Amino acid sequence: MKIYADNAATTRMSRTAIEAMIPYMENVYGNPSSLYSIGQEAKEALDRAREQVAAVINADPGEILFTSGGSEADNQALRSAAAIGARKGKKHIISSAFEHHAILHTLNRLEKEGFEVTLLPVHEDGLIVPAELEAAIREDTCLVTIMTANNEIGTIQPIREIGEICKRHGVIFHTDAVQAVGHLPINVKEMQIDMLSASAHKFHGPKGVGFLYARKGIALTNLIEGGAQEKGKRAGTENVPGIMSMAAALKEAADHMGENAAHQTALRDRLIRGLLEIPHSALNGDAHRRLPGNANFCFEGIEGESLLLLLDDKGISASSGSACTSGSLDPSHVLLAIGRVHDVAHGSLRLSLGEDITEEEVDYIIQSVKEVVEYLRSFSPVWRDLMAGKTPFIL
Amino acid sequence: MALYSEKVMDHFRNPRNVGVIEDANAIGEVGNAKCGDIMKMYLKIEDDIVEDVKFETFGCGSAIASSSMATELIKGKPLSEAMNLTNKAVTEALDGLPAYKLHCSVLAEEAIQSALEDYYSKYPEKRPADFAARPAHDPHDLPEED
Repeated sequence: MKIYADNAATTRMSRTAIEAMIPYMENVYGNPSSLYSIGQEAKEALDRAREQVAAVINADPGEILFTSGGSEADNQALRSAAAIGARKGKKHIISSAFEHHAILHTLNRLEKEGFEVTLLPVHEDGLIVPAELEAAIREDTCLVTIMTANNEIGTIQPIREIGEICKRHGVIFHTDAVQAVGHLPINVKEMQIDMLSASAHKFHGPKGVGFLYARKGIALTNLIEGGAQEKGKRAGTENVPGIMSMAAALKEAADHMGENAAHQTALRDRLIRGLLEIPHSALNGDAHRRLPGNANFCFEGIEGESLLLLLDDKGISASSGSACTSGSLDPSHVLLAIGRVHDVAHGSLRLSLGEDITEEEVDYIIQSVKEVVEYLRSFSPVWRDLMAGKTPFIL
Repeated sequence: MALYSEKVMDHFRNPRNVGVIEDANAIGEVGNAKCGDIMKMYLKIEDDIVEDVKFETFGCGSAIASSSMATELIKGKPLSEAMNLTNKAVTEALDGLPAYKLHCSVLAEEAIQSALEDYYSKYPEKRPADFAARPAHDPHDLPEED
């Protein structure tokens, strides 16, 4: 059996998304900036894509900027809000401890440039507390950036409340919604989101394309200078096939969002119930306020990379927050942020299910993970010491 | 190129000499759970020969493969060979490791050194004049790749 359970890393492109690209590579290959008809046809296609994308999040088409993906959108959002803040002498930014590195590393840069950053705790359940956010807002706060859903543990933040608080205090609110767009309903107007980042390959679109939503009136700072594409805010000939494909993928995801979420949630919960039968295991992040396809665990006494390699031998593709899978000595900053100690964070497993996951596949995953965990524990000196009572169990 | 060589994957999937020796007379343990690797080696030494060796490892694929290969390289061999086993020899026998995984092979070397130290502290009369266990490495100082 082959099961791809790493949809938070990337997804398989849908047939709709693939087919939506082809005409713009084969026939309508003109440059949207050109005057002749195949150029203008491409430009019209881009306009349609912008309308489709905007409609899904209830934005206006003019508020959508196409980018190379989520990281670029995050970088541009933060740089833009920082520039707006700096012009008013406001140089304080609030974020959370377990944001994606596209956010955290940009914040590190901004700190070096004189900004002050407050990272809110995300607590054991992987959620920020809106009251703590409100308390952290200062006179000189220019930006709040909190992700909609976490990429590792899938927890969904109280975006609506965050939006209200930011609105009340006149602070720009950006959300990295890379894991959420196409999977959760998002309405930027109702949720009072000022800026939002998304990436096509997380919802069965192509890699290398995404978008930034920026509410009308927010002046964007360029990351890429050059031609006048994207209202002069993002130079470079548009990735027309990629953008058309993204729009088609997003529309498809939005059209089936309710049924997909219900199906995934039921099977995710079956998976969680099954894997928590493993002794000394724990679910990471709140059990309910999480992405429909995300399940993330820690298993005491084993290390995540060897778990992944043995699951791969059984046909299961998954990921882990262990240090050995990141190339560093520290395990995932997300797991540390929710209070998992190093010893158990090394033994983590993320399974992110696709929309087409079946009950049979979930049962196979449960059986396989149980077997592999038991096998690895059978020769783990850490497990031996735990079982012998020499060291206390953490989970 | 795949992350690991065929040799590494073979020793990871089918580790040799896994387990515990109940009457081991030399036991070494190195690493810590915080860093994500712990290796424990059990040796049965008789007449200056490594009669038997087994290991237990908590760690990644290369840590398990390095432990397995290290036990193969010293099993049935004179103590002098076990004493001189280097991480380089373990890495070479595995057809190489990715640069950031070299410290797994260092742990294997150190686990054996730690077991020998245990043995000579129990039988000081057998300790060669020139044996002193090499100090444990700091995993933050990864060895350079060849």
